[in-house]
Amino acid sequence: MSRPEDILPPDLFYNDNESRKYTKSSRIRNIQASMTSRALELLDLKSPSFILDLGCGSGLSGEMLSEVAEEEGGPHTWVGMDISPSMLDVALQREVEGDLFLADIGQGVPFRPGTFDAAISISAIQWLCNAESSDVSPEGRLRRFFEGLYASLRRGGRAVCQFYPKNDVQRSMISGAAIKAGFGAGILEDDPGTKSSKLYLVLTVGGGGLTGDITGVVNGMDDVNVLDARRKAAEINHARGPPRKGDKAWILNKKEQMAKKGKVVKASSKYTGRKRRIAF
Amino acid sequence: MKVITANFVTCAVKDCKTSPASFPLHFNDAELEQQELDFQPEFIRNILPRIDWDALRTISNELGFPSLPESKPEGEALDNEQTLKDLHRLLLETHVTEGKLTCGNCGHSYMIKEGIANFLLPSHLV
Repeated sequence: MSRPEDILPPDLFYNDNESRKYTKSSRIRNIQASMTSRALELLDLKSPSFILDLGCGSGLSGEMLSEVAEEEGGPHTWVGMDISPSMLDVALQREVEGDLFLADIGQGVPFRPGTFDAAISISAIQWLCNAESSDVSPEGRLRRFFEGLYASLRRGGRAVCQFYPKNDVQRSMISGAAIKAGFGAGILEDDPGTKSSKLYLVLTVGGGGLTGDITGVVNGMDDVNVLDARRKAAEINHARGPPRKGDKAWILNKKEQMAKKGKVVKASSKYTGRKRRIAF
Repeated sequence: MKVITANFVTCAVKDCKTSPASFPLHFNDAELEQQELDFQPEFIRNILPRIDWDALRTISNELGFPSLPESKPEGEALDNEQTLKDLHRLLLETHVTEGKLTCGNCGHSYMIKEGIANFLLPSHLV
């Protein structure tokens, strides 16, 4: 399937015509609705909250936030940001309850620290992987976005971003940027391996009720398998065993021992323990 | 734009991030509108600790409302339904539909049209 991200920048792609089509299509509405309810499940909000909707478009997901039943902790109050004026125009016509901003999330998130209880983003952040002019880079846009988002969430807040990465490079670029900004991050994949697979980037800001790491978010949810890449990496490290005589770790250890004894030891650098190049 | 949002939004310009003058943004030529919304005491109680009261006083002054009490209602005052209803009316039902938001630090103005604030920046300010 063609990716709109490859055709035009978002503010131009979603023109009046495209925005209306997007909002009217019952197929898209159904998919959006199911992704929003999944995101709400991951956010696990217990009381009426203040939520930021990133790339809110015509307010399809925001509408659901305002409609969460009282028994389930709603209804929530939300603020939406989107870069496409046409999409926001459709949102105005639909009279959504949230407050709307015409803004580029790649330029940051202009709110006071600790403003929001949670943030939600449906099918938006893959757009950040495209730089439309030479004075911005995808990395810079992702960095500004995640740093702004991290600051604007309160301690213990969560963000769930559903996104469509083009490939694994984009996927790791996005999750890497989130981790760099300070988030605890994990990716939840629904229907993996199928055409309709959906990725949710789940982000937590420390200091809240969540004990342990990011995998605690899915505690108590059915049909979720936890694949922990960190554990695997730790096992590989462990399997290597003690340093062998002559390798870098062994040399560094020896140097430290000698330094402790008061011997003069050459400084260590990245070249320590490397073989010399073959000389003619 | 609701008044509650105006209590949280700051200037998006990079150099203003560190300046205290970039919050709150000041309203100019604001046109107001009241829109009915269901009253939610729980939400008001949740959000009130995060409201910057001084900023709210400044904003409501600029919008021409009667002045608010000196200090934020806390503790037992929150059991008074009238207080919460007044806050609900000011924070959630009052919308600024047209006007400008101006940063006190860099002087950049953000236009508000039909209730939507334009926070798109030219790239040299990002």
